[in-house]
Amino acid sequence: MMAEPTATTDIWVSGTEAPEVSEWMVAGTDEGAQEMERDETVERSVEQRGSRVVDDWVVDDTVDDDERMIVNMGPQHPSTHGVLRLNIELEGEIVRRVKPIIGYLHTGMEKTAETLTFLQGGTNVTRMDYLAPLHNELCYSLATEKLLGVEIPPRAQAIRILMTELNRVSSHLVATATNGMDIGALSMMMYGFRERELILAFFEKTTGLRMNHNYIRPGGVAADLPDGWEEDVAEILERIPLAMRDYEDLLKENPIWLGRTRGVGIITVDECLAYGVTGPTLRAAGVPWDLRKSQPYSGIEAYEFDVVTGSRGDVYDRYRVRIGEMHQSLRIIEQVVDTMPRGDYKTADRKVSPPPRQRIDESMEALIHHFKIYTEGFKVPAGETYVAIEAPRGELGCYLVSDGSGAPLRMHTRAPSFSNLQALPIMMADSLVADTVACIASLDPVMGDVDR
Amino acid sequence: MAQLTSPPQILTTTLGKAMRWSQQQSMWPATFGLACCAIEMMATGTAHNDLARFGMEVFRASPRQADLMVVAGRVSQKMAPVLRQVYDQMADPKWVISMGACASTGGMFNNYALVQGVDQIVPVDVYVPGCPPGPQSLMHGILTLQDKVVSGELAR
Repeated sequence: MMAEPTATTDIWVSGTEAPEVSEWMVAGTDEGAQEMERDETVERSVEQRGSRVVDDWVVDDTVDDDERMIVNMGPQHPSTHGVLRLNIELEGEIVRRVKPIIGYLHTGMEKTAETLTFLQGGTNVTRMDYLAPLHNELCYSLATEKLLGVEIPPRAQAIRILMTELNRVSSHLVATATNGMDIGALSMMMYGFRERELILAFFEKTTGLRMNHNYIRPGGVAADLPDGWEEDVAEILERIPLAMRDYEDLLKENPIWLGRTRGVGIITVDECLAYGVTGPTLRAAGVPWDLRKSQPYSGIEAYEFDVVTGSRGDVYDRYRVRIGEMHQSLRIIEQVVDTMPRGDYKTADRKVSPPPRQRIDESMEALIHHFKIYTEGFKVPAGETYVAIEAPRGELGCYLVSDGSGAPLRMHTRAPSFSNLQALPIMMADSLVADTVACIASLDPVMGDVDR
Repeated sequence: MAQLTSPPQILTTTLGKAMRWSQQQSMWPATFGLACCAIEMMATGTAHNDLARFGMEVFRASPRQADLMVVAGRVSQKMAPVLRQVYDQMADPKWVISMGACASTGGMFNNYALVQGVDQIVPVDVYVPGCPPGPQSLMHGILTLQDKVVSGELAR
């Protein structure tokens, strides 16, 4: 005899009789329930309808219900920004409402972080925003170090700034390249990825991988810079400004580019602040908000650079801000190369950073420390913290809770792409359907960052 | 030169060989980028690595025009039905490359959210290892697929 299911619980345990499915459960979980319904309360507009001539009395001013339709875009779609799905309510050519549907790349990374030690955690977070892996690692490492209270040697800090600023350039290169490709400037795609390869070659030499490096770790960085790194960086510093002159020739005054980006996807400062939009999107609206200036991290306050801002907050300004930020990042990198301190590339605290290889042969304690760091991980004092840095897409934050063990109790990431993507409906309201991809591309969302 | 007799302009082959040879050339991939691997797939297609050398640079946005699906990245439970639908929409003959550790086995994410290997949903012809595989790895995977097609191992 099967026991009567208790009426109080909504959780169905496998093997017991299935409970009656109430309506709210379906509404809360069913995929269909998330989709956009036609909203009859939105006032219908009669402006700009195709080739309507104002004086022509034959044309009917009212819009039939049939002319309003909901179009689904994605999750597999021709624009190059991952598995984003949009429900778009169209009135002819005009977008009236947009609803982004996310979660197609949900990887459960925040949960996985709880099963990995603090040292292993870098492999996890680096795969979130895969265009700015080093920023993710830096943010996670800074949060861990804040809980640990360890001091980071100056050389490690300088290496971190060098690598993250190079990463900002490579990320903005991809953003500009895909922005161009989405609007039809295919050459930009080829050029942007060409220069990115230059930076990735240096990353591969230093970290061993082109992406997902796990190079910046709690306590410092994984390895010192390779021999001859100055020449590699000097080549980058020489070639990328030249290449960026090419981009300016291609796009800056290109009438098609201007037509497709000027005055498109405008978002105001108030809307940005209300939605928590940060990064180039906020700066293009005119707010000089940059965490590198307002909450400096890893010794970045020692370097000179300007915060690039726009004024109109449209797609074109966001593109200009990214180009300007690449120049500023190269400026920072130049200063880092000139002032790179000597010394250790990771902290000398043996409870956090593993001992050098030769010490393991000499000392029993070194061997034990090495073994314990790589098996159970170093213990982090109980507590919670939030650290934010300026990633290429905006404020990247890491909220970390430790219960005193070797792995985090909870790790949460404040993803800039996630917050910025919320502003898409504001940006696209009453725009033309052809501007959809321009708006998405200018936000530069990375779905790995949005869904995690 | 004019006096030289040109070699006989005849080629003998079997229908199967000719068909396999034509299938091997100009295999057009569908753009099915999911995560990190998609960026490397894009890098493979652009100037530095130049996938056009193998007649494969024409990434098609519509699955109806594509012959090859490169599953580039981690496949979440929510994405799995979409992936299968895109595969079903592709016209025969069609092939699948599973790019990277996540698509092949779930990779480092052994949790509730990910499909532990895309071969649970679609038949996979070539697995490309790496996290993410570099452009050279992907090109090697593509050439392996072409070899398998022309040798008749993957006759469709």
